[in-house]
Amino acid sequence: MLRRLLALVAALAPLVAGYPARAFSLSEIAPGVYAHQGETSLMTRENAGDIANLGAIVGDEAVAVIDTGGSLIEGRAFLAALREKTQKPIRYVINTHAHPDHIFGNGAFVETGAIFVGHKNLPRALAARGPHYLSAFRAQMGDALDGVTIVPPTMTVDQTLTLDLGRREIVLQAWRTAHSECDLTILDPKSGVLFSGDLLFLQHVPVVDGSLLGFLDVADRLAAIKATQVVAGHGPLPAPWPKALEDQRAYLMRLTADLRAAINKGEGVAAAAKTAGGEERDKWKLFEDYNARNATAGFAELEWEGP
Amino acid sequence: MNTAARSAAGVLFALVSTVALAQTAPDPWPELVVDIFHSRPIAAADGVVTLDAPARAEDAAIVPMTMRFADPTQIKVATLVIDQNPMPLAAAFTLGDTSGVGFIETRVRVNSYSNVHAVAETSDGKLRAEAKFVKASGGCSAPAVKDQDEAVANIGKMKYREFKSADPAKREAQIMIRHPNSSGMQMDPVSRAYLPAHFIDSVEVFQGETPIFKMEGGISLSEDPTFRFTYAPNGAKTIRVEAHDNKGGVYKGEWPIGDAS
Repeated sequence: MLRRLLALVAALAPLVAGYPARAFSLSEIAPGVYAHQGETSLMTRENAGDIANLGAIVGDEAVAVIDTGGSLIEGRAFLAALREKTQKPIRYVINTHAHPDHIFGNGAFVETGAIFVGHKNLPRALAARGPHYLSAFRAQMGDALDGVTIVPPTMTVDQTLTLDLGRREIVLQAWRTAHSECDLTILDPKSGVLFSGDLLFLQHVPVVDGSLLGFLDVADRLAAIKATQVVAGHGPLPAPWPKALEDQRAYLMRLTADLRAAINKGEGVAAAAKTAGGEERDKWKLFEDYNARNATAGFAELEWEGP
Repeated sequence: MNTAARSAAGVLFALVSTVALAQTAPDPWPELVVDIFHSRPIAAADGVVTLDAPARAEDAAIVPMTMRFADPTQIKVATLVIDQNPMPLAAAFTLGDTSGVGFIETRVRVNSYSNVHAVAETSDGKLRAEAKFVKASGGCSAPAVKDQDEAVANIGKMKYREFKSADPAKREAQIMIRHPNSSGMQMDPVSRAYLPAHFIDSVEVFQGETPIFKMEGGISLSEDPTFRFTYAPNGAKTIRVEAHDNKGGVYKGEWPIGDAS
């Protein structure tokens, strides 16, 4: 019933450039903590880029939004759904990293006057990649990309940063290069909910766009965070913490071991990319879309190991 | 071949190339033939040079490409062109006269759906080319440096690898050079500074004092440029590399050649 009501609300949201607004579900996973689960899919015109998990944390005075979705359409649907939950001012929009499915909705939040927050490397990553993302995603998203702008953060996190939302302090932590070179996690100690961004994938095959070894290292260190449940960047939410890390760790370990073996045998990168990680194929969605890519980048990284 | 026939062959090749690229317009190849090859006629490869390219660029920043030569003694220069990239000329390899290079594998950036051309200049002065169409990578893949800080911190480090070869008349080796090989960016929003491109523009590889190849290239090569190749050993004891970048950086390496396996 609640879900249908939310869908109706989203459907009534203003149209963007003639493109129909999307149904947008936003559930309260803990008191004052909201999350939206994206589809486990590639970004398309049909899903308007709605493939990543998003969230919001509400304090006594203000709201922090965590990622904004993969289009202006989705960002606006998120904002409309959030406004049904709370009228408190949105003080912060936090981006967990630079990827399009997490930041293309930023433009919808500009008019709220929120401060955009990200990893210290996020501005640089957006400068280097933003123009490519805008042109590359036109092909697969068509007019669902209309109105998308790259909105960089004006507040950045070197190591950790605590934001006060009014009797609710959330802790942002910047990590070394792992999933990407600008990964940021958000912990809400009050509820025990961790927003991991894409440092955790569930069901959706993990994507390595930074460092395979860094990803393994950071995921292990994440396990020490005192949380009880996690909203992953992709996949079911909320998930139990830190147990939710296990499948991803198994995948990254398998891929690393296979690549090291291929490199030691003297295989080339193209051949290795076809087979490495293959044992994990049936355990993940979108495996064919991302595994060879992870293997290619991982090969180029691991090739530098040893003498 | 007279001039008319030569230009007809060039036009024919351009047409074939256009058909292959029908999915994206316009086809830059005819202009690239003018700019890079000074409008010289380019014949079909006919097996003289072959290009191994993936059907899809899995990671836009690291796309393996291999040029193979049927008869190394016939090849003077082998050029790799990523037609749709901002800097299409990825690398031109001038092979040493006695190098016996059977193939060269490297990695390139592929920004969008593109034809990739391998063009060989043979010792008779003719150009021959093979083209492969490469689909762009999907998802959040970008032709960008993975970790800018790491890339700059390690700049100039090199690694040399050797591989087992069944044929005693051939050796197989790989040269790897740490370098961001970056196109620069419009503006670093933190420093408010425009970052200039910073890339390897030449790599010379020798066995002893004899050149195996000289590569001249640009920002379409992936970060940490790498070259895997076969060559005909001349009894030299070392492999030596000298690389230069566009900012005047010079990077050198020398390694003992292992026992033939």
